[in-house]
Amino acid sequence: MDKLINDFSFGLFFWQAIILLVLLFLLRKYAWKPILDSLNNREEGIKNALESAEEAKKEMQNLQADNERILNEARAERDGMLKEARQLKETIITDAKAEAQAEADKIVAQAQATIASEKKAAIAELKSQVAELSVEIAEKVVRKELANKKDQLELVDSMLGDVTLN
Amino acid sequence: MHRNLGTEFIHVMQKRTVVRILLIFTLVLNVANLFAKEPQKGDDGGKVNTKSEIDAYIEHHLQDSHDFTLWSDGETGSHVGFPLPVILLDNGLKVFSSSRFHHGETIAEVDGNYYKLYHGKIYKTDAEGTINYDEDHHPTNAKPLDFSITKNVVTMIFVGVLMLLLFGGLARSYKKGALPTGFGRVLEPLVIYVRDEIAIPNIGYEKHRKFMGFLLTVFFFIWILNLLGMTPLGVNVTGNIAITVCLALFTYFITQFSANKEYWKHIFWMPGVPVIMKIVLMPIEILGTLTKPFALLIRLFANITAGHVVIMSLIALIIMADNLYVMTPISLLLTIFISVIELLVAFLQAFIFTMLSALFIGLAVQDHEHH
Repeated sequence: MDKLINDFSFGLFFWQAIILLVLLFLLRKYAWKPILDSLNNREEGIKNALESAEEAKKEMQNLQADNERILNEARAERDGMLKEARQLKETIITDAKAEAQAEADKIVAQAQATIASEKKAAIAELKSQVAELSVEIAEKVVRKELANKKDQLELVDSMLGDVTLN
Repeated sequence: MHRNLGTEFIHVMQKRTVVRILLIFTLVLNVANLFAKEPQKGDDGGKVNTKSEIDAYIEHHLQDSHDFTLWSDGETGSHVGFPLPVILLDNGLKVFSSSRFHHGETIAEVDGNYYKLYHGKIYKTDAEGTINYDEDHHPTNAKPLDFSITKNVVTMIFVGVLMLLLFGGLARSYKKGALPTGFGRVLEPLVIYVRDEIAIPNIGYEKHRKFMGFLLTVFFFIWILNLLGMTPLGVNVTGNIAITVCLALFTYFITQFSANKEYWKHIFWMPGVPVIMKIVLMPIEILGTLTKPFALLIRLFANITAGHVVIMSLIALIIMADNLYVMTPISLLLTIFISVIELLVAFLQAFIFTMLSALFIGLAVQDHEHH
């Protein structure tokens, strides 16, 4: 310790203090400040560039996602439309079929009804003609009966033969 | 923060142990040589080849010098280098060239005053250059205040100019583009390292900017000086107590002047302890503020000095050896080994000094959370 104190040179201390102070002042002004400022600027720049790149990437992803979504929507819409059209077609066909069936049934029914009524009318006319014929026959029979028995019978026979011919 | 201090402490302890072991090793070898060879002093001119002469030479090297001597020839007594200005404050300013001392061999006469260079220090003497000693063999002559531009001052100015050129150049290179060019590419990561590994973890991002100038200056100043100490120029600036005292005082004053209210409160009136403890703690805490920079200055001084002593002792082994062919390779290998360690130490000590400065500043400016 004694040696250390003995070795302590005040002159050296003095010069060191002055040199260090001057150096601190000059370096701070002409070196450290510009160096640290440019380092900071550069780092800020890099940070900003990275951030904006990240931002752009996100935006791109958003855009892509949007595109994808729109495409999917369009596809779904097209599918829906196609499906609807198919359903419409089917309903139209079935409807048409049902309508046609109904119409046909109706026509058949009408035809049957007409046939039935015609048949009824025909039967009724036949009945009336038969009745008329019977009356005529009866008249003729009655008239001939008045003259000859034998003739009467012959008449009846011929009359009946006429009927079957008719 | 405590973790950082802890690991740093362990590193320092490990490194110290290594240095200590090697020192002991060197000492043992030296002592062995001492017994092997009878010291023959004085009959071979100024050659350095005995134990005590080597010790003196090492000690001389560790000290500051008034000349910038590159090498000297002991036999002829000639020195190669250049003289430096001597500035003395002795009834007015006395400025003269150190060449007038002739490396301590002659007495310099300035304005009717006589000065003699004795063991690196300038004493005022009579015309014959008589040095009077007290019983401890310390000179009792008057010592004028010595503000000479010594070897260490020249080295520091050189380092200062070098730093201005290097970092000024780096600063200018940013004007041309965002990326530095040339040697700036080497310097820039170091600046970033100091900022990201030393300043921000210890001081915090919000407040680090204010102290960056000091931390960067001190870091590179110490590191370059440490590295220069490993060159054959033979300068030992950071192993000089005056230099480390000055550096530590800068840290001390910066810490104290930038300290916030909380810091002073913790020193003078420690919160959360009984009043009696507060009174007891006050002087301890005040002393604590002084021991921190004291640890800084001793650590740097001791590490660098120890490194120089070890390297020079190992080189001296060659001279002390009986068998040059055996000792030279061993000595060279050991010297290279220690030099590599010293290269690491040169960085490590600059790092530790800056790191601890940042830590002390950080402790003084941080906002205490109350737990």
